[in-house]
Amino acid sequence: MSRQSIAKAHEKIQELAWEPLYHEPVSQYGTDYTFAKAKKKDPLKQVLRSYFPMQEEKDHRVYGAADGAIRGNMFRQVEERWLEWQKLFLSIIPLPEISAARAMPLLFRNVPNPELHNGQAIQMIDEVRHSTIQQNLKRLYMNSYIDPAGFNSSLKNFQNDYCGTIGRQFAEGFITGDAITAASIYLTIVAETAFTNTLFVAMPAEAAANGDYLLPTVFHSVQSDESRHISNGYATLLMALADEGNHQLLERDLRYAWWNNHRVVDAAIGTFIEYGTKDRRKDRESYAEMWRRWIYDDYYRSYLVPLEKYGLVIPHDLIEESWNQIWNKGYVHEVAQFFATGWLANYWRIDPMTDKDFEWFEYKYPGWYDKYGAWWENYSRLATPNGHNPIIFEDVDYVYPSRCWTCMVPCLVREDMVMAEVGGQMRTYCHEACRWTDVEAFRPTYQGRNTPNMGQLIGKREWETLYHGWNMADVVTDMGYVRDDGKTLVAQPHLNLDPSKMWTLDHMRRCPPFASPNVLLNEMTPEEQLAFHADYIRQGPGGRPAPAAV
Amino acid sequence: MTTTTERSLPQPRFTDAEAGAKEFPDSTARNYSYFTPQKRKQTHYEDVTVEVQPDPRHYLSQGWLYGFADGQGGYPLEWTALKAWGSDRPVPERFPGSGGKGYDWPAHGWHEFRDPNEEWEMTFYRYNSNVVRQITQNVDSARETKAFEQWNPNWVQFVERNVGAWMHVEQGLGLYLFANANRRGPTNMHNTAMAVNSMHRLRFAQDLALYNLTLSDEIEAFDGEAHIETWNSDPAWQGVRRVAEQLTAVDDWAEAVFAANIVFEPLVGELFRSGLVQQAAPRNGDYVTPTVVGAGEHDYAERDLRYTLAMFDLLVNDKEFAQHNKDLMNQWLSTWTERCIKASRDLQPLWSQPDAKPPRFEDSLDRVKSRFSEILRQLGLDDPKELTL
Ligand SMILES: [Fe+2]
Ligand SMILES: [Fe+2]
Repeated sequence: MSRQSIAKAHEKIQELAWEPLYHEPVSQYGTDYTFAKAKKKDPLKQVLRSYFPMQEEKDHRVYGAADGAIRGNMFRQVEERWLEWQKLFLSIIPLPEISAARAMPLLFRNVPNPELHNGQAIQMIDEVRHSTIQQNLKRLYMNSYIDPAGFNSSLKNFQNDYCGTIGRQFAEGFITGDAITAASIYLTIVAETAFTNTLFVAMPAEAAANGDYLLPTVFHSVQSDESRHISNGYATLLMALADEGNHQLLERDLRYAWWNNHRVVDAAIGTFIEYGTKDRRKDRESYAEMWRRWIYDDYYRSYLVPLEKYGLVIPHDLIEESWNQIWNKGYVHEVAQFFATGWLANYWRIDPMTDKDFEWFEYKYPGWYDKYGAWWENYSRLATPNGHNPIIFEDVDYVYPSRCWTCMVPCLVREDMVMAEVGGQMRTYCHEACRWTDVEAFRPTYQGRNTPNMGQLIGKREWETLYHGWNMADVVTDMGYVRDDGKTLVAQPHLNLDPSKMWTLDHMRRCPPFASPNVLLNEMTPEEQLAFHADYIRQGPGGRPAPAAV
Repeated sequence: MTTTTERSLPQPRFTDAEAGAKEFPDSTARNYSYFTPQKRKQTHYEDVTVEVQPDPRHYLSQGWLYGFADGQGGYPLEWTALKAWGSDRPVPERFPGSGGKGYDWPAHGWHEFRDPNEEWEMTFYRYNSNVVRQITQNVDSARETKAFEQWNPNWVQFVERNVGAWMHVEQGLGLYLFANANRRGPTNMHNTAMAVNSMHRLRFAQDLALYNLTLSDEIEAFDGEAHIETWNSDPAWQGVRRVAEQLTAVDDWAEAVFAANIVFEPLVGELFRSGLVQQAAPRNGDYVTPTVVGAGEHDYAERDLRYTLAMFDLLVNDKEFAQHNKDLMNQWLSTWTERCIKASRDLQPLWSQPDAKPPRFEDSLDRVKSRFSEILRQLGLDDPKELTL
């Protein structure tokens, strides 16, 4: 269709919107926001007659590339270090995608402009596209990559592993709670507009650098739909801003959504990009450099700040603090170290770091070696079983961290850890912003205002609780992370596939029992809890125990 | 949106990370192992859809993490009154030292549903692209051959008003019933099938709108806005409008889909499309409208009805709740049959509008009634007494 005929067609389909005369559509999702009905323009200007062939054309390219990758023996030059982390990433991402599809109807009744609903329906089916095209990519990896373990059990693992649980927030946050908080602010204004750049642009670049040119084809194709979704979000945001009464909620939701996305996405993608790559050329951008450019400059300075003139209160402090966490407090390094500490509860293999990696880290993050170098040397030393236990049970100057009740990433920047008693339970939080999210934001009143539609944090949020007192062999068996010989673990702290170098349930059996930090914390007296906190915030960096009191 | 600056890539090196390069535990385990396929072998469709939406009854060990204000998270089975075996078992409790395991997969009967159309993104875009290409071609060639000049004068009016009005039914149900339902089903397979159904309807709505636009350009006397007035105030259409709106007002997602695809579509949709438009058009010199309307008819009859039958078939044959489900469906049948027959009868004046008359209204209605009965037979359900209205 020509541009002119698309414009004319788009104008025509505006005649499709109608208001009910006899029965209102069912109202199933509440919001504390208020929207005035106003004539709105559909920001997408998308007509299905041109949309379908456009998407089909994109598909041709994706599936053509998939055939090409196999014919061209791509897997003979793919870095295993990289592809192993895809077992985690590709187990997570199809759920956020499909959740975005499921989130769209949350907006129908709450944003009373039928002109916008068309765009939301197209986003719905775009997201079905993303979810299934990613599942398909994973299936191809399972079939063609040397080690299918972890791909073959992908979605079960994702559902019962603590890393999956962290990632799941980036999905469940879209579909529950206050409809606007979820489907508009968390999903489109923050997750899509800010963080898909790291997911769908930074990740593909790194994949290509590690010999995988298929992932970029798929994810660039996904990203090409994203600008439409960003327009959807923007239209809704402007409508919300039109009502003064929403400003307080917008401020709350931007704070929560920003911080949670930072905690979750930067943890995962930062780790993949910094620790999952073999590309150590000095001119390659570090995750921090990419973050500064795309999230700080492109999103924060160019997208958010201009919205201040409409009365939007922007969480400048939290954005600066996220940068501070990444740049000064080693957030990504602390997370990667934790993933590697807990390798035995995962479903992928984590390659040790080498001198070449050390050099790159020191160059990009001066001071890195002093904080993390010795620990990674221990990780290499303990990688293959040789009479010792996995690193988590060995003395390597690392204190197993408490988990953040809100973002479920452990409290790794130890000095920031805060505690609060909620409903008779003592909880730990990785940062004041996560405490605020649980204790103040996700509540039926906010700053004295009734917020009856706000969601709740629910679930067994500390994974370790489930396995308190268990032996690791039983934990791994219970989760199902065992290979088809019935004893070799899916996860390994190295890339050697020689069965004699791989950890098995027998090695796990010899380990001491596993303990939940939160269960232990709640068994303490109040005085012991205070002492625990005082000690905790003196720990680190790199998980080091607190220095002995002078 | 951001784009990357090109950077020099490292030289590829030989890693030999190809399937089959080494032998070790799991080296040949190349199937998704977390679900049982419906047939002997896992299908491509199953691989890309099954289990993407988690369930605390089996693998989701820490449960849902975010809830609504009432504390409910995820996709509660209670969002429909229908039940599949295992539905009544409580969600397994997890507590300190409980371990993570739930019930063995699938934990309950809802997970047994598979869309017989096997829809996922590849099939979906191929199919719909083909449909829009076909329609565009048909309409283009009609324009080139001046086919619209053959129409009887009052057929022009019939199309502008009545065929035009139908686009609103598709749009309303597509958005507020089917797209809405895609948040409410218990598994990814249900929700994906309903999302696809939603897009069929939205596409059909747009097909009709754009066809209407072409006719405005091609036919002097064609009033491109008459459909709005018809939909808003033509008494013959208010029954259809009332029931369409009522369908979007249903809280129970399964009832809404049942009422739309099992009751409304045969009794009202097919009555209007196959029983009237498709019959009357050729007699009035119109060979084009049937191709546009036929695409929507085909979506329903060949695809949307197909998954709907598969979905409800499992429930009427459920090993634990068959009777419970049938009782509910019978209630729904009686409620919605009455409403739909009423809407159909309201449409009756349309049958006398074209110059060249279609079959008698009563004959058309009888035909869709027996089609409706056939559909119910497939589900082992009896005709509701309201069918005689
Ligand atoms: Fe997406
Ligand atoms: Fe946190």
